[in-house]
Amino acid sequence: MEIVGQLQKQYVDFITSLFREAYLDDQYVQLQKLQDDSNPEFVVEVVSIFFEDSEKLLNDLASSLQQQVVDFKKVDGYVHQFKGSSSSVGAQRVKNACVDFKNFCEEKNLDGCLRFLNLVKQEFYLVKNKLETLLRLEQQILQAGGMVPPLE
Amino acid sequence: MAKNVVFSRLRRLGKNERFDDDLSSSCDSDEVHVLAVDDSFVDRKVIERLLKITSCKVTVVDSGMRALQFLGLDEEQSSVGFDGLKVDLIITDYCMPGMTGYELLKKLKGSSTFREIPVVIMSSENILTRIDRCLEEGAEDFIVKPVKLSDVERLKNYMFGEGRTKSQGRGSNKRKLQETSSSPSPTSSTSPEPSSDLSSISSPSTPRSPTSLDSPSKRYKTSHHD
Repeated sequence: MEIVGQLQKQYVDFITSLFREAYLDDQYVQLQKLQDDSNPEFVVEVVSIFFEDSEKLLNDLASSLQQQVVDFKKVDGYVHQFKGSSSSVGAQRVKNACVDFKNFCEEKNLDGCLRFLNLVKQEFYLVKNKLETLLRLEQQILQAGGMVPPLE
Repeated sequence: MAKNVVFSRLRRLGKNERFDDDLSSSCDSDEVHVLAVDDSFVDRKVIERLLKITSCKVTVVDSGMRALQFLGLDEEQSSVGFDGLKVDLIITDYCMPGMTGYELLKKLKGSSTFREIPVVIMSSENILTRIDRCLEEGAEDFIVKPVKLSDVERLKNYMFGEGRTKSQGRGSNKRKLQETSSSPSPTSSTSPEPSSDLSSISSPSTPRSPTSLDSPSKRYKTSHHD
């Protein structure tokens, strides 16, 4: 029973599904290209920053939408940031949800905003979960002495 | 001033990076020095890595103000004290709180000391009027985010054309940008000027629109935005 081989297959199957289901897009591949022996933790680092950033943005979004008088420009600003960072890590579904969210901000549609805040939150936690699983798999492969199969 | 410099340098120290002590060695090495400006933490991390992997020295700051501070521009100093930290390219995000990338661009192009430094704008939004405005103001290029390795590799042409007496002339990539528009751009491609040269040839006097919407792929896709 070859552990490394199994783990690698698991990894490939999993990451393929993530691309297929649009959780991740090409930008994630780009990030992988930036990782090498001199920077073996690059993806983990970026993704960690993304997670932290996003939690903060979600909080900011929630509180700004709870105000008596909602400042939609401010909300839009937060969504814009979220859209940017999710795009930069390749979190496609999150990014797409942010695009739609922005439309509701522009229309000053509170209902729409609240709905989309929930959607963005959902998508974020989904991709967070998936990325954590993915990165864990990578770790396991490396620890078992194998190499992480390159993407594409 | 020196304090600002050290502060800025320390900001960009990543734990994984070898720290060449470029504080003491001047930039007469072949490495280009890029100043990257972005308010997003994620994007700063990515752009820094993108630039380093293309063999650039990088200083990353989180705002236009800090960029100006780093350059010494806000204190209206000449760049004489900053020779060792000469910047060969500035790459900045467009949408930033406080000072936008566009405003930063204007300030830079309005400075006799810094107008020679090529400036590249990044934006998540592919808005033609925005791109136009930036190019008219003197930006070398406009990159639509998310930034990829191929985008940064392309930028090396600007960096070597400006402050280095190497290879390509400055106009080469601008030509690519405006393939289908009239060619002789007011900026000559035959004389790569060192960035401290005060003769200003960099600011285009005629508005240039990126009519070559097909090249390079992602950058100028026609957008239905206004």
